[in-house]
Amino acid sequence: MTARLRSPWTAVPCAVAVVAVLDLVEPFGVRLGHLTGGLLTADLAVRAGLFTIVLVGLNLLMGYAGQASLGQAAFYGMGAFASAILTVRAHVLGIPPEVVSAWWWPWVVMAAAACAVAGFAWVVGWVILRLRGHYLAMATLGLGIMVYIVLRENLGMPHLNLTGGFDGIVGVPRLRLGSAALWPVGVYLLVVWAAALACVALGENVVHSPAGRALRAIHGSEAAAESVGVDVGALKARIFALSAGLASVAGSLYAHFQAAVVPDTFGFVPSLELVVMSAVGGMRTVWGAPLGATVVLLLEQLLRTHLLGLVPAVSGELEPVVFGVLLILLMRFRPSGLVQAAPAP
Amino acid sequence: MADRRATPELVGQRVAAAIPTPRPAARRLPPAALLLVGAVALLVLAGRRLGYGLAEYAQLLVDGLATGSVYALVALGFVVVYRVSGVINFAQGAFVMLGPMLCISLLGPLPDTAAGLLLAALVATAACAASGALLHRLALHPLRDAAPLARIIVTVGAYVSIQGIALKVWGPRPYVLPAFTTLSMADRLVDVGGVVVQAQSLWVWGTALVTFAALGAFFEGTVAGKAMRACAVNRTAARLVGIQVDRMGTLAFALAATLGAVGGIVLAPSTRPTFDMGLELGLKGFVASIAGGLVSFPGAVAGGIALGVLESLWAGVVLAGFKDLFAFAMLVILLLTFPRSRAASEESA
Repeated sequence: MTARLRSPWTAVPCAVAVVAVLDLVEPFGVRLGHLTGGLLTADLAVRAGLFTIVLVGLNLLMGYAGQASLGQAAFYGMGAFASAILTVRAHVLGIPPEVVSAWWWPWVVMAAAACAVAGFAWVVGWVILRLRGHYLAMATLGLGIMVYIVLRENLGMPHLNLTGGFDGIVGVPRLRLGSAALWPVGVYLLVVWAAALACVALGENVVHSPAGRALRAIHGSEAAAESVGVDVGALKARIFALSAGLASVAGSLYAHFQAAVVPDTFGFVPSLELVVMSAVGGMRTVWGAPLGATVVLLLEQLLRTHLLGLVPAVSGELEPVVFGVLLILLMRFRPSGLVQAAPAP
Repeated sequence: MADRRATPELVGQRVAAAIPTPRPAARRLPPAALLLVGAVALLVLAGRRLGYGLAEYAQLLVDGLATGSVYALVALGFVVVYRVSGVINFAQGAFVMLGPMLCISLLGPLPDTAAGLLLAALVATAACAASGALLHRLALHPLRDAAPLARIIVTVGAYVSIQGIALKVWGPRPYVLPAFTTLSMADRLVDVGGVVVQAQSLWVWGTALVTFAALGAFFEGTVAGKAMRACAVNRTAARLVGIQVDRMGTLAFALAATLGAVGGIVLAPSTRPTFDMGLELGLKGFVASIAGGLVSFPGAVAGGIALGVLESLWAGVVLAGFKDLFAFAMLVILLLTFPRSRAASEESA
C-alpha cells in the first residue's frame, strides 16, 4: 500500500485532483490561495502541467540522448502562435468563420501544429544534430532566437499582421469539448494534467523501449552506438521531432489558457528557464519533468511574493539573478538534479 | 590475416594513422571564407535592386566597420578563454554591457572632462576584469572536469545573473555615454567625400587597433602571455613545465572581460547602452569567433569585421526588424560548415 502511495502515478494525480477540487468547490469556504499563503494557485498548477509536457520532451532529448537544446521555447512558441493565429486571425487566411467557430477546430489546429512543428524539427534535426557539445547548444540557441525574431516581425509579412508583432495576439478562445467549455481554470487544470500525465507515460514508454536504450547508448558514445547498429542520425532527429511536437502541444494549450500570446514569452530567457527546470528536476528521469516544473514555478512565485517582504530595498523582479545563481549551484553540487536517475534497466 | 595484424610494423602504422595529422590551417581556404564571398555578392546584388550607388555602399561599409571592430574585440575574448581553458564563455556578453554601464555610473560624480571620462573608463574596465576573474574562480574553476553541457549552463547562468543584477541596478531604460570627441551627446560628424563618419567610429577603430597590438605584444613578449599560449597548445604539458594552468584560466577570463568591456565602452556613445545589450553583442562576438575558426586571434578579428560589414549591408536591404536575423543565421550556417564542431571526437560529446 505504502509502495503504491509512494509511486508518482498515484501521488501526482491525487495532488492535481485535490488542487482542482479546492479551486472549483471551495469546500467550507477554504480557498486554495489562502491555504498556501497565496503560493499555490490553480493558475500555477496549470503552468506546471504545461511545462511538464515540454520538459518530458526536453528530458528525453537532453538527459537521455545527451543533445543540448537552448532553443526549446521556440517550438513552444510555434505551437502557441499556430493556435492563436488559426483561431483569432483565421479570417486573414481565408478560412471560413463557421469552421473556425466549430468546437473541434482548435483541437484540429493543435494536432496539425504539433505535426508541422515536429516535421520542421525533424528536418532541422537532421542537419543541426550533427553538431556536438558546445556547438549544438549554440546552434539551437541561434535557431531559437531566429524563430523569436520571425515571430516578432510578423513572419516577414507585416501587411497580414499575423503574429501581431511585439504585442502578439489577444482574445484566443477557450477550448471546448462539444458544447461544454473546458473552463473555469479548475477544469482546464484537469485537462492539462491529463495531457501532461499522458506525456509522462509516453516518455516512460520511450525510455523503456529499444529506442530508449539506443538513446542512452548515443549519450554514452555515438561511435559505439553506431557500431552496434543504432542509426544515430535518424534516432536523434526523431527524438528532436518528438520533443518539438510535445513543446508545440504545450504551446497550443498555453495559448488557449492564457488567451493571449506575445513573442517575448518564447525568447531566449524562457528557453533557458526550460533548461533550468529540466536540470532541477533531473534531466535523466521522466518524472523529473513535473517535479522540476513545479519546484521552479513555486520558487519563482515565492520570490515574487515574499522576497519583497524579506529585503525591503529590492524592487521589481529578482528572479533572473536567483535563477542564474541557482543554476550554477545546481551544476556545482547536484549535477543530476533532484530526482536521481534509476539504474538503467 | 591474424598474424599480419600482429606485426609490430602494422601496429605502428595503425597507431600513426590513428593520430590525426595537423592540417596547416592557412593553406586551405576555409568554407567560411567562401560563404562570406557568397554572402557579399548576394547582398550587393540585393542592394543594386534598391538602387544603391557607390556612396551608399561606402556608408554601409563605414558603419559596418565600426560595429565590426567591436565584434572583433568581443570575439577575441571568446578565443582567449576557449584556447586557454576550453570553455565557451557565454557570460562574455555581460562584460560588454557592464563596461559601459559602470563607466556611465562612475562618470556621474566625476568632472565632465576628458580626464574624468578616461578615469571612469579605466576603472570600469578594471572592475570588469576583476569580475571576469571572479567568475572563473567561483563558477567555472570548480567545474573544470564537468561535462561541456554543465559548463555551458554555468556560463549561461552567470550571464543571466549579471544581467539580472544590471536590471536591478540600472533599470530597463537606455543610458547615454558622451561621445569621446565632444564630451556631449551630439557627436561630431566628419564628411569624407559624401560619406558621413562619426568621430566616435574613429575612436572605435583606433581603440581596436591599439588593443589588437597590445594583445599581440602580450602574447609574444611577456612570460604570462607565453604561458597562456602554452596552455592553449597543451594543458598537461604546460602543467608539467610548471605553468599554473588554473591561474592562467583565471587570467584568460579577466583578459576576455577586459576586451569585452573595452568594446562595450567605445561602442556605447553611438548605441545607448541598456541592461540587455550584452546578449546580442556577446552572441555576435561568438559568431565572429566561429567565423574565424574559434582558435585564431587574427581569424577572430577578421571574422568580427566581416560580420559587422555584412550585417550592415544586410540591414541596408531588409526590414529593420530583421537586422539581427543575419548574425544568427550565420551562426547556424557557420557551425554546420565548421569542421571542428562535427569532429567525431568523443571529448566534446
